[in-house]
Amino acid sequence: MAKAEYIIRRLLLAVLVLVGVSIITFVIARLVPSDPVALYVGPRAKPETREAARIKLGLDRPLYQQYLRYMGEVLQGDFGISVRSHRPIIDDLKIFLPATLELVFVSMIFTVVIGIPLGVLSAALKDGWLDHFSRVFAVVNVSMPVFWLALLMQLLFVRQLDLLPIGGRVSREIVILAPIEQVTGFYLVDTALAGNWSAFRDVLSHLILPSIALATYGIGLSIRMTRATMVEVLQQKYITAAWAAGLTRRTVYFKMALKNAIVPTLTVLSLNFVWQISGAMLVEIVFLWPGLGTYLVNAILTIDFPIVVSVALVVTIFYVLSNLFVDILQAVIDPRVTLE
Amino acid sequence: MTIRSEDMSSQPRSARGAQFLEYGLMWRALRRDRLALISLAIILIFVAGAIFAPWLAPYPDQGMGKANLGEKLDPPSSLHLLGTDDLGRDLLSRILLGSRPSLSIGLFVVGLAMLIGTPLGAIAGYFGGWIDQAIMRITDIFLSFPALLLAITISAALGASFFNAMLSISLTWWPWYTRLARAQAVSLKEQTFVEASRAIGVPGFTIIRRHIIPNVLTPALVQATMDIGSAILMGAALSFVGLGVQLPRPDWGNMLNVARLYFNDGPWFAIFPGLAILLIAMCFNLLGDGVRDVLDPQSRRPG
Repeated sequence: MAKAEYIIRRLLLAVLVLVGVSIITFVIARLVPSDPVALYVGPRAKPETREAARIKLGLDRPLYQQYLRYMGEVLQGDFGISVRSHRPIIDDLKIFLPATLELVFVSMIFTVVIGIPLGVLSAALKDGWLDHFSRVFAVVNVSMPVFWLALLMQLLFVRQLDLLPIGGRVSREIVILAPIEQVTGFYLVDTALAGNWSAFRDVLSHLILPSIALATYGIGLSIRMTRATMVEVLQQKYITAAWAAGLTRRTVYFKMALKNAIVPTLTVLSLNFVWQISGAMLVEIVFLWPGLGTYLVNAILTIDFPIVVSVALVVTIFYVLSNLFVDILQAVIDPRVTLE
Repeated sequence: MTIRSEDMSSQPRSARGAQFLEYGLMWRALRRDRLALISLAIILIFVAGAIFAPWLAPYPDQGMGKANLGEKLDPPSSLHLLGTDDLGRDLLSRILLGSRPSLSIGLFVVGLAMLIGTPLGAIAGYFGGWIDQAIMRITDIFLSFPALLLAITISAALGASFFNAMLSISLTWWPWYTRLARAQAVSLKEQTFVEASRAIGVPGFTIIRRHIIPNVLTPALVQATMDIGSAILMGAALSFVGLGVQLPRPDWGNMLNVARLYFNDGPWFAIFPGLAILLIAMCFNLLGDGVRDVLDPQSRRPG
């Protein structure tokens, strides 16, 4: 069956890509001009200590062995240790990855809830004011440095209006008075599960600014995409027939037309998911959000290279898997899809 | 034999002639797109500003990094049109001198990406087979990374500097040109003039150099115009995380990185460098859209 074959080929391609990705990250890791042993043992270490660290870090073996060992460890969830704090990187990732994902998921919700309806409306009211507005919005959006947008939102909502917290994930008061019991690492989920509603509200208020800053690009993108496909779909005969049958505007736009217009938008949203993960890195820095971005930038500043490579690898795995997921989903939804 | 070689040498020349004609027509059509023209004008003003920055800047030494601690975070005034930064330096001068790296990163990245990507794509598309497979799978792998993250990682590995930032962004960008050139090459190699050269025994690489690359160049240039804005944005992002131009020398990204710490006392410090990035990126995007519409009216993006 063509569909099963397509899915299998797509899976194989993903495996190939992941192997390639791991080789590239490994090669980049080997490029580092600074000496990892010196960072690990400190500047005044004895030669014996240095040699022991060299063996412990596996730097005495040939390159391909180092790569295989590295891959074996990564597959077991072992990303090595930070050369600065000597903590296992996986422990840090368990803290920072959920923080970034929570930010990205919430901003995806904003993207879908705002972007798609606005796209439908601007197609329905083609050449109206909303349509013009969303076109300008879209152009400004693709040219907007997201970290600057984040700064502007801080200026407006924190400095001028004093409505929302400036940054972080929770307020200090909450940490002391109603501490969050960490189960999933997603604070919204954790607080809701524990029924800790004052903490839930606090977490939500911290999420609003960074997630909207992050969502703006995706909103612009999904408005454009939804509008473009909706305009096309609305010209088709079954829509004319639906009008003739006297169906309400709501049914025609949101039930009949959107169902066919949504597939390209889904692809765009998956690309956007990925964009948001890397955009999150920049937004996090501005909002002091304790996620992967903050972790990464601190690692860059302290030249803690194993962390930089691990973050790159983890995020890229997410990227590849989410692309894979969407491709398979599309193959299931849309019978016309085949590889190339 | 002599006739044949004459034929062959006249081929690229006529192709080049046709291209000049094409650029002339493009310019004529582009002149009607008002938004693209305004964008082009603003871009030219920015470029002129970057070239003459040391003479235009009211305080060129502060622009290059000399501290002026007596006037820390002064609001915009007649003395300092855009105010001053955390070390009292004139913001207008900093932005003017910072425009040099901020703009040139866009040109360099796109140029180098084209230089690496286009020949690879032409080779993949023309030869096909395992060469094609190998090149395109490597392209796939590079495109599987989130671009910003790959650029950050390479740049961190090479060491924080302006040149390394340009290099690492280019290394994430070339696969797009490879795909573009490959698609063109695949259709070109079926065309009669290429088949004719092959039939008389012109070697593959010569055909690629004389016939494939010149014909891929125009779409690649259009793509380049559209990409400069994004490349500038990515350059600013890298510099924002500390991987671009190193302080005290200015660049729009590293200015914003410092400005975020002072947003309470000097909002202008955070506003103006970002505005410069937004404006220039937007102009390049609008110009790119205009050029693309002129060249390929069918792909005119709705919206």
